[in-house]
Amino acid sequence: MPFIPTTDENRKEMLKIIGVSEFEELLQNIPDEIRFNGEYSLPEPLSEHEVTVLLKKLAESNGNTGNNSCFLGGGAYDHFIPAAVGHITSRPEFYTAYTPYQAEVSQGTLQAVYEFQSMICELTGMEAANASMYDGASALAEAALLCSNHKRRPEILISKSVHPFYRQVVQTYCHRSGVKLIEIDIDNGTTDLELLEKKVADSTAGVLVQHPNFFGNLEPVHEIADIAHNAGALFSVSVDPVSLGVLAPPSEYGADIVTGEAQGLGNALGFGGPYIGMFAVAKPLIRKMPGRIAGITADSEDRRGFVLTLQTREQHIRREKATSNICTNEQLCALAATVYLSLMGKEGIKTVASMCVQKSHYMADQLSSLKGVELMFSHPYFKEFAVRLPVPAQDVIDHMKKSNIFAGIDLARFDYSIDNGLLIAVTEKRSKQEIDTYVKVLSDFIS
Amino acid sequence: MSIPKDLQFTKDHEWARVENDVATIGITEYAQGELGDIVFVELPEVGDTAKQFEPCANIEAVKAVSDLYAPVSGEIIEVNEALADTPDLVNSDPFGKGWILKVKLSDPAELDKLMTPDAYQELIP
Repeated sequence: MPFIPTTDENRKEMLKIIGVSEFEELLQNIPDEIRFNGEYSLPEPLSEHEVTVLLKKLAESNGNTGNNSCFLGGGAYDHFIPAAVGHITSRPEFYTAYTPYQAEVSQGTLQAVYEFQSMICELTGMEAANASMYDGASALAEAALLCSNHKRRPEILISKSVHPFYRQVVQTYCHRSGVKLIEIDIDNGTTDLELLEKKVADSTAGVLVQHPNFFGNLEPVHEIADIAHNAGALFSVSVDPVSLGVLAPPSEYGADIVTGEAQGLGNALGFGGPYIGMFAVAKPLIRKMPGRIAGITADSEDRRGFVLTLQTREQHIRREKATSNICTNEQLCALAATVYLSLMGKEGIKTVASMCVQKSHYMADQLSSLKGVELMFSHPYFKEFAVRLPVPAQDVIDHMKKSNIFAGIDLARFDYSIDNGLLIAVTEKRSKQEIDTYVKVLSDFIS
Repeated sequence: MSIPKDLQFTKDHEWARVENDVATIGITEYAQGELGDIVFVELPEVGDTAKQFEPCANIEAVKAVSDLYAPVSGEIIEVNEALADTPDLVNSDPFGKGWILKVKLSDPAELDKLMTPDAYQELIP
């Protein structure tokens, strides 16, 4: 439905009906001494053309992925978004749809959610998925709480190779819930298995790992799953859904809970959001899963319909015993992801993932052939890797911006005690030319 | 509705059938009618401890979840596994096959706090 504003005529009529001749009469009860009586320091109105020129100038003062080569990663990636995605999400029926608690008027939204959930299950191999969470970080935090509630144990082990921001969010959620979060140190770029085995105990509810991890490295997920299960704990893995185009689905290596950030599926970087968390579980945990779940059913005339289901988990029914306080999802982002996956299909997602692998490995080879530059870790990786530079990473980042390149993330910003480290991500969008230019500019700078 | 005479009741519509020192526990026919179709029963673990008048399980209907308050305290020695596949037993046979858990009484004196069938009959409309 389009937006229909009220006119002066409408306003006059409304005021007449309530017995008032002027709008200001409705403000009578506000005392004079607290009323603003001056002039607003606002400029005069501008024409549509003048506004366009002004906003364009403001926007151009920002660098964006349209006019820069983006090698930034760390949880949000510059993947290609086909035009069809925006075309469908911007349809008013989807764009302005209200929250779908009234199933009768929300079939379009609910069907889209159902499709999204189904696709997440296909990608991850898990049996049930919810309608999405706020983002990968909060999804992981909710997974931690689920582990603790389900196992009735107070400790969660989290690998230090999980994104530093994610670890902070998990800590925030756990802190007031009485759940003890224990960090497991890394060994050469992945979780230290010996340390994990030592720390896991009867009091461990869950083991949380990111795969690929913050450095882009593949974690020893089979071994970690075993260590967790042998202690009677759950294994929760935070994944990059794009990586599932080439990596084994988490169901195959024993994941009990799968979370992750689905921004890379048809959603823009958007200067930090909105993003979209994934949450999927094996069937025994379905009643412990937070968030909304869409289900398929039949009406009284046996026609197929979609509804929000298992609502008895949620706080509007279970109140303080609810699985979580979340009562929403990232609907439009989920729709974008669903359209993207539908367009890509099974083969397309494989192609995207393969291109990421090939291009990132090509770039890593080129960079490590430069004098003074070396790959920080010797693990297999997906589309992201860390290099050690002969100079501070921030200097490189600042310099390369002048050549319209977003060079990567300075690892000195995080709690790893890594100096001169740069985290570089390469998606399917990066051409050989862009990569070669990066290598040349870096080479010139450090020599 | 008929109320079995060999049971004792709580004001929250739970019943207990005590044989030796074991109480079989469920919800009454009135309660299942009020709840509607039961879709899931969250059972406690065998070995857990129940405390009189505190929640020990919960019963999920389509639009509501209801705590089940233990009529007696003691060790939970058995739960009705059949409810996992057929939770509707609680609707169809609330005093029989729809039993929910069994508790070994830790304090038989607690039974004095429960209602007789006649007293319970007064409670329900």
